Amino acid sequence: MILPQLIADGIVAGSTLALGAIGLTMTYDIMRFANFAHGEFLTFAAYFALMFVSAFGGVQTFGPLTFGWTFIVGLIIAVVLTAILALVLDWLIYRPLRRTNIVITLVIASFGAELMLRNIAVFFWGSQSRFYSTAISIHREILPGVRMSADDIFLVLLTAVLMILLQLFLTRTQLGKEMRAVSDNADLARVTGISVRRIIRWVWIIGGGLAAVSGVLVGLTVQISPENGFSLILPLFAAAIVGGIGSIYGAVAGGLIIGLVESLSVPIMGAQYKLAAAFIVMLVVLLVRPRGIFGAKS
Amino acid sequence: MAESARRDVAVDGHADIALSVREVVAGYTAELDILRGITVEVKKGEIVTVLGPNGAGKSTLIKTVAGLVPVRSGEIKLFGDSLVGVSAHRMVGRGLAYVPQTQNVFAKLSILENLELGAGFRHDRAGMKEDLAKMYELFPRLYERRKQAAGTLSGGERQMVAVARALMARPTMLMLDEPSAGLSPKLVGMVFSKIREVRELGVTMLIVEQNAKAALVISDRGYVLARGEDRVSDAADALLKNPEVGALYLGSKQGLL
Repeated sequence: MILPQLIADGIVAGSTLALGAIGLTMTYDIMRFANFAHGEFLTFAAYFALMFVSAFGGVQTFGPLTFGWTFIVGLIIAVVLTAILALVLDWLIYRPLRRTNIVITLVIASFGAELMLRNIAVFFWGSQSRFYSTAISIHREILPGVRMSADDIFLVLLTAVLMILLQLFLTRTQLGKEMRAVSDNADLARVTGISVRRIIRWVWIIGGGLAAVSGVLVGLTVQISPENGFSLILPLFAAAIVGGIGSIYGAVAGGLIIGLVESLSVPIMGAQYKLAAAFIVMLVVLLVRPRGIFGAKS
Repeated sequence: MAESARRDVAVDGHADIALSVREVVAGYTAELDILRGITVEVKKGEIVTVLGPNGAGKSTLIKTVAGLVPVRSGEIKLFGDSLVGVSAHRMVGRGLAYVPQTQNVFAKLSILENLELGAGFRHDRAGMKEDLAKMYELFPRLYERRKQAAGTLSGGERQMVAVARALMARPTMLMLDEPSAGLSPKLVGMVFSKIREVRELGVTMLIVEQNAKAALVISDRGYVLARGEDRVSDAADALLKNPEVGALYLGSKQGLL
């Protein structure tokens, strides 16, 4: 029976999609535009971590994992640098355009930013695929019929921890509550004394930071390539839309659904059509629930 | 009355003015002025109601004071400090709280979270707790439902959340935009009696209302606006008897009483 294995693979892929889709859905929620450059945060983060790992890379690894401390430090550096990249992008491109109040301008500009960033990545790091480690990641049978590598398990656990932390942040901290308030009603938030500009900065930091984790994990479990972000942007949008764009829980659920659908469709339709399968499921979900699974009534 | 005695001995004649709006011209777009030289004054401790037909600029007046509509000329002062050019999100810090007419609660957030956000810029945890207790005392219904999302509440309860949220900032001046909008007659009475209780907390208020009678009954003074200007200004009981006001609202030549 191949089904349990496909589900496990789907959860691994779905975890990275969920992490990536959170930023996308937050950007849409607070700034009302679809940021097509979001995938590039994943690409750049993978290379930021790679630069650190290859500069200080040692042979030391944690038990069955293919990486050690340098990777963990590289991951943290990637999160910080990607958050800064997101803020710079907002400051240079999106913030001046937001004043025009024409959403389509922002969307098209994000396409431009995507192309620009993807080419910058090729220019600096080449178009060859790279890896953090040459160590072979061994897949062991962890449940009957389910083989996972230690790296995969690390990925799923890290994603779960980040989700719990995000949930605590949104419900327990002042900044998290302010962020939900701006999402709920930006005009009221403003007269309540919340600086929407400050909240927008935090959306880039958190959304960019989570995208960075996603990008580094894709780099760890798949490969590092300048095409990573571009090839993930459509599944990321599918995840955000299936879940209900604007909803963080929706992005998480949507990420897992798209990951599972892609994985389960492989034996039926072949790997080359897995994105099509994801979009078919997205269309079916939207036909039944036009605002997505967790989408709010507007 | 201690309050009026203090007013009489004030050396500076303006010391008891809480809010002063003077000759203000303002509008949402550069082409169109909604307020065309409006002057309104609220003294410390007063409840002042602004009346007027639809399109007279009542809501725009409040939004302009709240920093949501750009001021083209004139001056707005809160206890002597100019508010012109101050961003909307800094008004609460200046002591000015504002309850919009519609969508005035964070629907997806709990009542408790709504109230906490009202006090968001403050950093005195003890004071916040004290005020929270005060709000629950003023609006006992809110305590019962504090964990519930504000969007699940009835119109009257939502209005209470909105007022309580604004009060959590410990404002010196509270502006209410049509607190009775969309409420049943019974609830209108309840909301206005709560507003009277709020005054006891020492909050000065500026209210914009369609329901002229209910608002004037609890007010000290009132203004009647028409086409972006202040036309009539008088004590509340005089306005209630004023045939001009009656004509405006009831189409009769009698006053509202």
